[in-house]
Amino acid sequence: MIERSHHDMGGLPAGKVEPVEHDYAEWERRVDAMTWLMRAHGITVDERRRHIEQLPPDAYDRMTYYERWIVSLAQAALQRGLITSAELARKMLEVEQRGSR
Amino acid sequence: MKDQGKYRPLSYYQLMEVTLRELLVEKGLLTEEELRREVAEMTARTPERGARVVSRAWVDPSFKKNLLQDGTKACEQLGLEIPALKLVVVENTPQVHNAIVCTLCSCYPRVLLGLPPEWYKSRNYRSRMVREPRAVLAEFGLNVDQGIQIRVHDSTADMRYLVLPMRPAGTEGWSEERLAALVSRDCMIGVAVPRAPRP
Amino acid sequence: MVPARFKAGDRVKVLKAFPIGHIRTPFYIRGQVGEVERLCGAFPNPEELAQMRDGLPAQPLYRVRFLQREVWPDYQGSPRDVVEIEIFQHWLEAA
Repeated sequence: MIERSHHDMGGLPAGKVEPVEHDYAEWERRVDAMTWLMRAHGITVDERRRHIEQLPPDAYDRMTYYERWIVSLAQAALQRGLITSAELARKMLEVEQRGSR
Repeated sequence: MKDQGKYRPLSYYQLMEVTLRELLVEKGLLTEEELRREVAEMTARTPERGARVVSRAWVDPSFKKNLLQDGTKACEQLGLEIPALKLVVVENTPQVHNAIVCTLCSCYPRVLLGLPPEWYKSRNYRSRMVREPRAVLAEFGLNVDQGIQIRVHDSTADMRYLVLPMRPAGTEGWSEERLAALVSRDCMIGVAVPRAPRP
Repeated sequence: MVPARFKAGDRVKVLKAFPIGHIRTPFYIRGQVGEVERLCGAFPNPEELAQMRDGLPAQPLYRVRFLQREVWPDYQGSPRDVVEIEIFQHWLEAA
């Protein structure tokens, strides 16, 4: 049996390359910055990539770049015990109720 | 840190960003100040840094030799701050055209070129650049003669790549600054080549 | 650090293997034969780092050059076109 992971796409047929530029939103820049800063607490680029690669293929394709990044960073923080799901749950509710920050 | 602009409910992933950030700050794992500094530094890194490297190589043959031999050391020699960068510089010649891709994710020489453009991270570029580079380059408006060898560099591990394009004819005697203005980000990825403006 | 077994100019074959885990050897290059362009140094093994282990001893990392027309039988470009890829030593054998 040959396993090919969804992210490993070199050589597969695909469409025309549209030279799209993207203005990075503030929240995306913060995700990026947070990710680099968390290296100091042991979170490696390699484990984050693993979390991204483990997304279901349709989620991988549907999510934007930094959506994948924030999920992988949160997964890594969870796995390393820096945060718990219970803390995430409570804080998400709190932030949502507070409205836009 | 407040988002500017009109109120719109946060998406699930934006909510995740705010949540994770606040948790990590509460736990003392990072501070808002560190984060602001990191965002500012990231935003300040633009392709002009890479263009500075290229234009120096165009005017200084001994720098160019060092750059091709050890990209990291040469950038340090130029006084550029390049944290953790392991740089391989690949040179375009009349016989060879180089282009960069990362088929597995989005590896990119960020400290020299800033954050990558959207298309660099796209499925279409990542899938096709490695198998039909000439067709993809043509989509960027760059037609490479069949007599020229194309080298595609798939950035799969620890090294990062920068294309050293050919100095355009008709730029003899130009200053480094004037030359640098010809060097776009896309030239250093290898999907474009610099051209001197017509006199 | 694991000692380097190959040097620039050596012919090498990429393992035609399909394990699970976080792998940095692209699918399309497995089983292909190429030529070592250079030894890049030794780096912690990303397959191990991804599992939250230290990835040591560091593995030699090479840039390996492959002819496009060998990688893709239907390749449309020049027969001299190449693709160059970083591959860790544990994915390579002498060819």
